[in-house]
Amino acid sequence: MNEKTEKLIDKKGIRLDGRKADELRPVKLQVGVLSNADGSAYIEHGKNKILAAAFGPREVHPKHLMQADRMVLKVRYHMAPFSVQERKSPAPSRREVELSKVIKESIEPALFLELYPRTGVDVYVEVLQADGGTRCAAITAAALAVADAGVPMRDLVVGCAAGKVEDTVVLDLYDAEDKLGAADVPVAYMPSLNAITLLQMDGILEPAEFEKAVNMAMEGCKKIYELQKEALKTKYMVVKEVEE
Amino acid sequence: MSSLVTKVRLRQIEQLIEKGKRLDDRGLLDTREIKIEQGIIEKAEGSARVFMGKTQILVGVKVGLGEPFPDTPNEGVLTVNAELVPVASPSFEPGPPDENSIELARVVDRGIRESKCIDNEKLCIEPGKKVFVVFVDIYVLDHGGNLIDASAIAAMAALLNTKMPNYEIKDGELKMKQGYTPLPLRSHPVTVTIGKINNKLITDPIAEEEQVMDSRITFATKEDGTICAIQKGGSGYFTPQQILEASKIALDKAAELRKKLDW
Repeated sequence: MNEKTEKLIDKKGIRLDGRKADELRPVKLQVGVLSNADGSAYIEHGKNKILAAAFGPREVHPKHLMQADRMVLKVRYHMAPFSVQERKSPAPSRREVELSKVIKESIEPALFLELYPRTGVDVYVEVLQADGGTRCAAITAAALAVADAGVPMRDLVVGCAAGKVEDTVVLDLYDAEDKLGAADVPVAYMPSLNAITLLQMDGILEPAEFEKAVNMAMEGCKKIYELQKEALKTKYMVVKEVEE
Repeated sequence: MSSLVTKVRLRQIEQLIEKGKRLDDRGLLDTREIKIEQGIIEKAEGSARVFMGKTQILVGVKVGLGEPFPDTPNEGVLTVNAELVPVASPSFEPGPPDENSIELARVVDRGIRESKCIDNEKLCIEPGKKVFVVFVDIYVLDHGGNLIDASAIAAMAALLNTKMPNYEIKDGELKMKQGYTPLPLRSHPVTVTIGKINNKLITDPIAEEEQVMDSRITFATKEDGTICAIQKGGSGYFTPQQILEASKIALDKAAELRKKLDW
């Protein structure tokens, strides 16, 4: 590896951005941020800034995708050209196609698909700024947008990653740690149901480190889950004040 | 799409799995026999065909010349692509790669890349300017289920069979020489996918089982028992306990497979 690279974790276990190993980046969530979408959410997760909009349940487009016995969830994860250091072409990359698929599959277990035959819910995720862990933050925001659209859910879905940087298992990797670290384990989790709906990994981990990383990511998810619920409630508290 | 007959069939699979049995008489964690043929495409620098039950995958490896990525100027380039060819299944249609073939290619790619299987620095000809590019093309010829594991084995078998052209640099010019050397490989990743049907874990699902599967999880592992890539798929979930159980099964099955294949 590059000799000029700074140590990602110092002797006291403090990471380059000042966090401890099991510390999350600051997370800010907002619900109902768009006027035309049926549901919407905005997340700032560290330097990640991501907007999610949900439409539906509505007619399925194109029509041949319609299912007679259940709802169809479609998700598009897309990065803005200015969201990363080098301009990203706005055309969907293979990475974005894969992420759209895994994000969809991470939200689906939360929905009662069979109760809404012949309908579709579309979720559009726009990454406005990326700094590592966008798929997880996108899931957190997408689930909130679907909930905001009033679609019944078994639980909210939360995304959070853990990984290995130098020899330490750490929570919530940011861009530099993701690129220079040894492994990244993004997880999506439904805390009340204790169900993992997304799990990916790249890098090298011993089985024991893998177990630790998954547990750490789930703990991170539980913390963000509280913020998600708070954000949903906050929207309705504001509405109430206006009415009075 | 799902006719009455298939609905009945799917119900039958679920009932069998409940009893710990399967349509093809295997136990829940038994894998199908694997047959590998190598070097069957003479025009490719490497190739392999893998049979796993009814599943048939052909992988061709072409080695070309190209430029390295700016952030890795002295490393060769690996490109993995997958085609779900229409001959393989009535559900595969011609056209540009869909999300399923992109996911298949990217999961196989991750296993090879993260295990550092190919010694990329040995593929460098002139740092920053010229390197060998290894194109791994996965051709799904018959879809009998578990395409990820079969494709990963086929890709590895094809890489083991791959030869790089010899070259020399004379007066700053690249000249190809007679003969070939084997592609420099350092490890052999083995990929094992675990499926979940009604809260039961199974290995090596056939295509019909995949239709009733809630979700799957794929582990790519190395010789030393470390995990180098994971992918969960499907619209169901796993409990944390199931994930750990699946990872243990995957590591066991990978070790079994390594013994069989001598990888």
